[in-house]
Amino acid sequence: MKVVLDHLTKEFPSRSRKGDTVVAVNDFCFEVPDGSLIGLLGPSGCGKSTALNLICGLEKPTSGRIFFGDDDVTNLPPENRGVGLVFQNYALYPHLTVRQNILFPLQNLKGKDRLTKAEMLKKADEAAKLVQIEQLMDRKPSEMSGGQQQRVAIARALVKLPRVLLLDEPLSNLDARLRLQTREEIRRIQRDTGITTIFVTHDQEEAMSISDLIVVMKSGVIQQIGKPQTVYDDPANLFVAKFLGTPPINVFEGRVAGGKLLLGEDEVLRVGGVADQAVWVGVRPEGFIPQEAGPLCCRLEGVEVMGRDTSVVTTHPAAESVSIRSIITAEHRINREAGTVRFALKPAKVFLFHRESEERIPFEAG
Amino acid sequence: MDNKNWKAWLYLLPAVAFLGAFMVYPLADVLVYSFEEGYNSASQTFFGTGLYNYSYVLHDPYFLQAVKNTFILVIITVPISTGIALLISLGLNSVRRLRELYQTVFFLPYVTNTLAVGLVFMILFKKTPYSDGMVNLLINWFGGESVDFIDGPYWAKMFVMCFYTVWVVMPFKILILTSALASVNQDYYRAAKIDGTSKFRIFTRITLPMISPMVFYLIITGFIGAFKAYSDEVALFGTDLNAAGMNTIVGYVYDMLYGNSGGYPSYASASALILFAIVFTITVINLLISRKNVHY
Repeated sequence: MKVVLDHLTKEFPSRSRKGDTVVAVNDFCFEVPDGSLIGLLGPSGCGKSTALNLICGLEKPTSGRIFFGDDDVTNLPPENRGVGLVFQNYALYPHLTVRQNILFPLQNLKGKDRLTKAEMLKKADEAAKLVQIEQLMDRKPSEMSGGQQQRVAIARALVKLPRVLLLDEPLSNLDARLRLQTREEIRRIQRDTGITTIFVTHDQEEAMSISDLIVVMKSGVIQQIGKPQTVYDDPANLFVAKFLGTPPINVFEGRVAGGKLLLGEDEVLRVGGVADQAVWVGVRPEGFIPQEAGPLCCRLEGVEVMGRDTSVVTTHPAAESVSIRSIITAEHRINREAGTVRFALKPAKVFLFHRESEERIPFEAG
Repeated sequence: MDNKNWKAWLYLLPAVAFLGAFMVYPLADVLVYSFEEGYNSASQTFFGTGLYNYSYVLHDPYFLQAVKNTFILVIITVPISTGIALLISLGLNSVRRLRELYQTVFFLPYVTNTLAVGLVFMILFKKTPYSDGMVNLLINWFGGESVDFIDGPYWAKMFVMCFYTVWVVMPFKILILTSALASVNQDYYRAAKIDGTSKFRIFTRITLPMISPMVFYLIITGFIGAFKAYSDEVALFGTDLNAAGMNTIVGYVYDMLYGNSGGYPSYASASALILFAIVFTITVINLLISRKNVHY
């Protein structure tokens, strides 16, 4: 089931009498292809949870329309939309067993949709099997770990076979190890069921690792939509470039003069087709190549060996942040005694952004 | 380890001494008196020990009347007051506008002086040479006969007594239940809404289990409170409750000690211990039931 958001806007009235309304979701337009896994990504307070609530129907949009397939569901109450929602805190009923929790949505059905008791139990067992919690069916939520509760919550959302599955910060309550495991689990469940899934997260790594498409948001406005690798390699603006990637991108104050990019005094790259101007320069950590005669001269602060590769911490007068972190392969040996280290830059890992608008400025390398 | 124990007892000493002197000792004394026949507190004498006091109390028609009154009061007022308080709390929890105003109105009886409350009930129920009271006005308006609620038939007096008790205990229950309802995580309701749960099912399957610890707390304390009823009856029917046929067990204990027929601490002690046995039994039953029904 594809999901289409058409100029979707949600405004909240201001708390104070005089203040302006808060636009939590501003003119959203995008299409979620059938059977895909979409990550809504943004810092906290950017409106991603509101967007999720609009899709599941817990909030009514101020304007705009929502379509599931060809059905306009904008004015449908949540129970008629056929959505399953997994809450950040799972919202499992603490007084019911796992089985009763999973049965709960089925027992709400009325009239011709109502299943017999045996059918309900069969469906609950199928859902439990899908998330691999068959052996926990008689436990109470308080007797399970966070990861197990998470699976129960997913089973409860899936048992009605929703058209769209929504997950609100599904991994934020899990520890780091479980998070890795569970995100693969979510990917597997989504593949097995083929249900269009939208999940919300503030963790870029989580979103990049399992999503077919990511939607990067800031202050209620979509910044960029695309495949994770595309968005990483080709960010639309400085915000997206900074938000994606660990360690984060290194940002410099630079300027373009005569087709050359200058960081402070260092002429680091030839950039074709860019008018002379002051710019923000983003360089991915993996964009640095240590070279004895490299154009970028940095003061060496430290070297962190991580086995597979090496993280070099340096400073540069033009850098926006205190330190620059670059990741280089372990073959390159850095002389720790030297006070400075020189780098050449990989053109594909260098992005130019307009100084005021922070929009991307394309350039021709060479 | 020993040193620590010694310190702990030292810190507990004031409380232990205080409780011992003013609670444990008098309680033990009551137990002793209840087995001493004809104990006289002035001369500190008695003429025998045994179960005579219990036998006397259990054969005293006034005591049996008091037990009957108390049980009727408990059985009627506890479920009714808890039920109505639950309904009102649910209502309060779902209104948005003027919520604070309603909350204040429902909480007013709690902060109102007992005498003022008595006055209100006088206006409502009391027959005077000038009027039959507001409730009788209403009854007359619907074509019924006036009833004397204060000095009239037993059922009328019992009605006023229950009505009064419900009215007095309600505010506290509403206060507890509204805060219990407000503390239920809204995500449960959102989850239920997405699953299309009906209002009735949300109440029986989510709200009620979630607030069940508080409901049971109110039922248990409600039982205990109603078994201890006395002052409200005095406010309504005056001090001679036996004459009015409206005495309660606590009232009987008081009468045995200080009332017109008073001066019998042995009978008072025996009846107090019988009350204790009743309350203890009921509370144990309540706890057993709640352990089965309160899930977390």
